[in-house]
Amino acid sequence: MMAFDSLADFFAMGGYAFYVWTAYGISAVLIISNMWLALRGQQQVRGHIARQLRREQLLSEEQGE
Amino acid sequence: MVWNTLKRWYHQLGSPRYFYNFSSALLPWLWPLAVVTLVLGLVWGLLFAPTHYEQGDNYRIIFIHVPASSGALMGYMAMGVAGFVAVIWRMKMAEVMLKAIAPFGAALAAISLITGSLWGARTWGTYWQWDARMTSMLILLFMYVGVIALQNMIRDSRQAARAAGLLAMVGVINVVIVKYSVAWVQTLHQGATLKLVGESTIDPSMKWPLLIAMLGTWLLYAVNVLVRARSEVLWRERRSGWVRKLIGGKEQS
Repeated sequence: MMAFDSLADFFAMGGYAFYVWTAYGISAVLIISNMWLALRGQQQVRGHIARQLRREQLLSEEQGE
Repeated sequence: MVWNTLKRWYHQLGSPRYFYNFSSALLPWLWPLAVVTLVLGLVWGLLFAPTHYEQGDNYRIIFIHVPASSGALMGYMAMGVAGFVAVIWRMKMAEVMLKAIAPFGAALAAISLITGSLWGARTWGTYWQWDARMTSMLILLFMYVGVIALQNMIRDSRQAARAAGLLAMVGVINVVIVKYSVAWVQTLHQGATLKLVGESTIDPSMKWPLLIAMLGTWLLYAVNVLVRARSEVLWRERRSGWVRKLIGGKEQS
């Protein structure tokens, strides 16, 4: 079923370990960091808007008194 | 009747608020689907697909290289369309998409080049050559970076969208060249084995994990675009009532 007879064989990739794992590794880093940055950007925007709203609320409370 | 429906869809899709609500409903099931599909394709390709009779296990790079390449190309076409709509019709959501599509597309283009280089190192005996497809993908990467840079450098978001939109449109020509260069110019890169119509020449045991990995990559790209577009929408519409209620409503008791 599996193309490899053992875990060691799997990591060895028939002698091409360097090429295959570097390719998969760099790709994983780029994809994961890109996704993480996108999610963090969303967090930052939400936080910024929330803080601005709170500032406005405090201001209007101040002026209300 | 159909025309009125189409008109309604056009206006709805153009509305940032509608898009935000629509994507809120879409994301919770789209992102798990994307991850599962991609993982399925990659695990199948890495572990279960048979070893290649000529290239050994080196060929397994294909399960990232082809999905990344196809994703980068498709992303750029979509960005070109967004650029066109942004420049000609000044549609807000098109400007949003112009920003949202670029980053992941750039990542995919870079992955295409890096994985292709590593694959070719042993298969062709060289890490790089100025062949038609490789050079075109490199130019595509520069175009992506250019679209991103323009929008970061120009202060006014509407002007930025105009400039980036123009660059995106011009760059679409490059995508056409990449797609057909392999047929037009007999260079290092091999001809197409995956065909839309007719028999593909790749073995089924390799074809299916490849197609699944491609689908997973595209779905993940869509998730990335939605997340980025939502951020951009929230920011652009931050002064509007619905955003204030959405964000502020959580703060108030």
